[in-house]
Amino acid sequence: MDLLNLGIKSIFIENMIFAYFLGMCSFLAVSKKVSTAFGLGLAVVFVLGMTVPMNWLLNEFVLKEGALAWLGADFATIDLSFLRFIMFIAIIAAMVQLVEMTIEKYSPSLYGSLGIFLPLIAVNCAILGSSLFMAQRDYTIGEATVFGFGSGIGFFLAIVALAAIREKLKYSNVPDGLKGLGITMFITGLMGIAFMSFMGISI
Amino acid sequence: MSTETLEAPVVKEKEALLSKRRKKFVTDPLNDDNPVTVQVLGICSALAVTTQMKPTLVMAISVTLVLMFSNLIISLMRNAIPTRVRIIVQLAVVATLVTLVNEVLKAYAYDMYKELSVFIGLIITNCIVMGRLEAFALGNKPYDSMLDGLGSGLGYSWIILAVAFFREIWGSGNVFGYPVFEAIGIENFPTNGLMVSPVGAFVVLGFIIWVQRTKTGYVEH
Repeated sequence: MDLLNLGIKSIFIENMIFAYFLGMCSFLAVSKKVSTAFGLGLAVVFVLGMTVPMNWLLNEFVLKEGALAWLGADFATIDLSFLRFIMFIAIIAAMVQLVEMTIEKYSPSLYGSLGIFLPLIAVNCAILGSSLFMAQRDYTIGEATVFGFGSGIGFFLAIVALAAIREKLKYSNVPDGLKGLGITMFITGLMGIAFMSFMGISI
Repeated sequence: MSTETLEAPVVKEKEALLSKRRKKFVTDPLNDDNPVTVQVLGICSALAVTTQMKPTLVMAISVTLVLMFSNLIISLMRNAIPTRVRIIVQLAVVATLVTLVNEVLKAYAYDMYKELSVFIGLIITNCIVMGRLEAFALGNKPYDSMLDGLGSGLGYSWIILAVAFFREIWGSGNVFGYPVFEAIGIENFPTNGLMVSPVGAFVVLGFIIWVQRTKTGYVEH
């Protein structure tokens, strides 16, 4: 039950985009067409679902204070948490590379549609942000996995919805200075208000 | 130009420390080529930390420093980096610098460190840093790259400080934590909770982009 609650919380209430502004760069850049937004969203769900548990293992058994105790009593006092950033980003970059190679080998058609977005995911703030939140909040492995997938699905929903609105927006008469980024910011703000209505939901 | 091709290296060496060409590296990103409002980079942190001006200032300084030094380091190494692994190398350099900033903040400004929490770490994935490394530092001399980093950093800084100013003054009636409205005699200033919430950030940034683009005449198609 707790896990289900955490899942709902990470998808709707603490949405990566509307509550933490993470992954805004690709959210704004890749939301012009629904089909590409859909592809990027799927890739993000997948990479987040993989990297957050991976980074959890890394944090739990290598980086955390006293995490190296399994090597012997001498190592029990070592605190490597200052290496967190560089190790997390290394895992993420490596994972993205791995995912890219796997998809290329087993599903060339999916690779064709995701191709260009996959390498970009390595520098998506939502991915690194989720891992850092996970480390900061001391999740268990189950929670970390649910949180990873949940944030990914939240991002997916947000980017597909925005892309759908922007496709319609092409036919509207927007003032020159507001075209593109400006009007997108306002729309995102309005969508944020809509998402605020999920606040307080728990099962 | 053509008559001086042979002497070009000598001429370069004599170029003033802040020649016109170099000044452009610093001034262009402030307005015409602003990283946030025109190039659409680094929006994540531009919005996340801007509920108050103090953490915003710390964030602005950190990003500017990381930008300058990562540009400098990558530019120094640019001929030694194989193109295939350049993203990993860039990430490693940036992550190291950000770790340094993080440790310094932890040691000397612990409250600020707590308040900014993960957002210092997220400078690593700030698109401005990666964007400038890819677009500028990989193909230019170290000193020029450093100036370019400084320019982009300042362009980013003034935008996030502007967003923070409006959000703080409407959201809580303060500027840098100083109660402005109380000071000028308006006791019960109606604060607007929406400004402190993420929604306020989107709207304020939307307006800033609108004003700034109307002034520079930049139109997106």
